[in-house]
Amino acid sequence: MGVRVSTGAFDPGAETNAFLAAGNGAGAAVTFTGVVRSKPDAPITALTLECYPDLAINQLTAIVAAATERFGLLAATVIHRYGTLGPGEPIVQVMTLSPHRDAAFKGAEFLMDYLKTDAPFWKQETGPTGTHWVEAKAEDDVAKARWE
Amino acid sequence: MKILYFAWLRERLNRGEEEVSLPPGVATVGDLIDWLASRDEAAELAFAKRSLIKAAVDAKLVNHSAPIAGASVVALFPPMTGG
Repeated sequence: MGVRVSTGAFDPGAETNAFLAAGNGAGAAVTFTGVVRSKPDAPITALTLECYPDLAINQLTAIVAAATERFGLLAATVIHRYGTLGPGEPIVQVMTLSPHRDAAFKGAEFLMDYLKTDAPFWKQETGPTGTHWVEAKAEDDVAKARWE
Repeated sequence: MKILYFAWLRERLNRGEEEVSLPPGVATVGDLIDWLASRDEAAELAFAKRSLIKAAVDAKLVNHSAPIAGASVVALFPPMTGG
């Protein structure tokens, strides 16, 4: 079980391989990577994430512990970047390990749904029309509420 | 007591942190926000929608009724948008 919050870039493939290598034949591993989105109708040139690291570590550690207990995960890791990123760069990666796929999938979804609303990161998008703070989405609260 | 501000709250207040000496009667996060908002017009506007202000006391997420007595750091910030 691990939580990492950093301004440094991470390599999703290398992280996945290291996670699998430590899994020791567990049976099922799920990896989700969130990357900076830029759509043709709403292009962005940069995404800046602000973070409160002390709270982020506490919140992510609690979320990982909750997922581990609820789904009987053998391991779970969350890596989250902050600072200024470009389109296509990885922002977040969650990885779960369990004996069977159902718990691994559900655990990864649970981790993502909780960290979207409960981890102290704030996104600011920069595009052709300027810079603005991304607003919290009601659908993210709905996604989290389904686990309650 | 140190107060931290993040994201648009930090921008609207034009500061990322400050040291404050609490006046008597400021016992909870909600009291603190009321007092901070009363200090000047920019703060009043920044804190206008109380439901948008989230808080952490000593790096633990809390609600507005949480006590702040004895706390070292109180952080105030908008809804989180990570992931």
